[in-house]
Amino acid sequence: MSTRPMTSLERVLTTLGHREPDRVPLFLLLTMHGAQELGLSIETYFSRPESVVEGQLRLRRKYRNDCFYTFFYASVETEAWGGDVLYTDDGPPNAGRPVIRAAEQIRTLEPPRVADAPCLVKVLEATSGLKAAGGGETPIIGVVISPFSVPVMQMGFEPYLNLMFEQPELFEHLMRLNESFCIEWANAQLAAGATAICYFDPVSSSTIVSPEHFRRTGFQVAKRTLAGIKGPVAMHFASGRCMPIMDDLPDTGAAVVGVSMLDDLAALKQRVAGKMSLLGNLNGVEMRRWTAAQAEEQVRAAIGAAGHGGGFILSDNHGEIPYQVREDTLLAISEAVHRWGTYPLDVSGERASFPRPKTPRS
Amino acid sequence: MTESEPVEAFLNALLAMDRVAAKRTLGGPSATDARLDVVERLVVPSLERIGDLWERGEVSLSQVYISGRMCEEMVDAILPPSDPARVDQPPMAIAVLDDYHLLGKRMVYSVLRASGYELKDYGTVDGDSLVSRVVRDNIVVLMISVLMLPSALHIKKVREALDRAGCRPFILVGGAPFRFDTELWREVGADAMAATAAESVAVVRELIDHLPKEYRS
Repeated sequence: MSTRPMTSLERVLTTLGHREPDRVPLFLLLTMHGAQELGLSIETYFSRPESVVEGQLRLRRKYRNDCFYTFFYASVETEAWGGDVLYTDDGPPNAGRPVIRAAEQIRTLEPPRVADAPCLVKVLEATSGLKAAGGGETPIIGVVISPFSVPVMQMGFEPYLNLMFEQPELFEHLMRLNESFCIEWANAQLAAGATAICYFDPVSSSTIVSPEHFRRTGFQVAKRTLAGIKGPVAMHFASGRCMPIMDDLPDTGAAVVGVSMLDDLAALKQRVAGKMSLLGNLNGVEMRRWTAAQAEEQVRAAIGAAGHGGGFILSDNHGEIPYQVREDTLLAISEAVHRWGTYPLDVSGERASFPRPKTPRS
Repeated sequence: MTESEPVEAFLNALLAMDRVAAKRTLGGPSATDARLDVVERLVVPSLERIGDLWERGEVSLSQVYISGRMCEEMVDAILPPSDPARVDQPPMAIAVLDDYHLLGKRMVYSVLRASGYELKDYGTVDGDSLVSRVVRDNIVVLMISVLMLPSALHIKKVREALDRAGCRPFILVGGAPFRFDTELWREVGADAMAATAAESVAVVRELIDHLPKEYRS
């Protein structure tokens, strides 16, 4: 009998169908590491779509990754809205000063057209380049920032919270503008070859707004937006907690949820088994100083907590692995997934954890 | 009424974002000592409780932010910034390093002011301008808020530059990278980290209690 390993796409589709594939899929969500592979600065790397294609191909080969990740940087969206991008040598390009300096500007704001935004066109070119190079065997994960979360970059976090709580009419108007842009941007990536869209929505997490507030706001925005996106969507909270809203999430239409190390992975799995798949939840910040043995232990524990029965993709908990995480750590993670993630699993459900010091932290 | 009941009432008003109920619990005009007592007895413990609840995932950041702002406004009304009853303290400052995400800094600023402290707000700064301002203002307690890991790592360069300038402020750091790696604050040369805005008040209070008198204003 043939024992051909599954392709990455087969592996991912099987787990999303809540069945066990040959092994747990690995989504190392690497962005800036492509620049390291090519010996380029982060700014130069993201200025050329062909570099991103080559970077992603090399990263997939090196780490036996199960996806291509066409996320350039979060502020590519505010760049399209007219904002500045601040580059550094050692981290993700960051959003500059907000493009909405006063709430009243929202009344006359117009969303950018994707085709007219060179920064977005580069992402689309990288997506179609990976589609051509990947032969359809590897899922390509595109990214949008949710209409409910992107105002943190559009106008700054504090003015946005003030808008949300004090000017509901303008808030709602901004949501409608952002939803229109987000749907167009997601569908353009799908048309360029993305297999699925990762919808980053940290503001909806219970870390940022209460579950009750989420149900009135971010949940409604997600339902409207995901209904317009013509492909599968993962809702990702970028390290924010989601346990208190977990029962609501299937109604957004998302098939996958990106979860935080702040939540109990085994409890999340129990809560949504058969309804949604989980993506997560390694601690990327701490990963920077993991030894190979610690990396293996963290991977083994995450798989033990959520791998049984499928419905689980191993990844970090933020949606982007920091530039400072070393190659040997990433290789150790990959090796551990191949060792401990092969079905049928041979891991228990216990979760490894480093002792977390309590106060005082001085 | 038990001693904890006013704190519960004030806490609930803050979490419900109910300004009227919060002001009612805080009480009306009174003597200076009584006003300071209200801050110590109601405001500080309530904000500490809210910080703990956030760290445990039981309240949201937006509730922490709004409650901090409400307390800051109410305390400003009963203890204006120039009031001598505000806490006797050394020069303190707060800044966001390399980032336009100011919410974390804003929350710490509000909670410290609501607890009776005064501090300079440097806003968004790069490492060089932060060092020159700290030296110029003889800052004794420097709070640095960051959002992203690279900014957190840059604090080490700030510490080294301050050392070269012969300036040794107590550096208290906070922000997401420090919450996700609880050893990071040591690596960057800070003296302490605070996981929540309220925890920064506890760190500052303890520090000031142990500072020699000549460091105070």
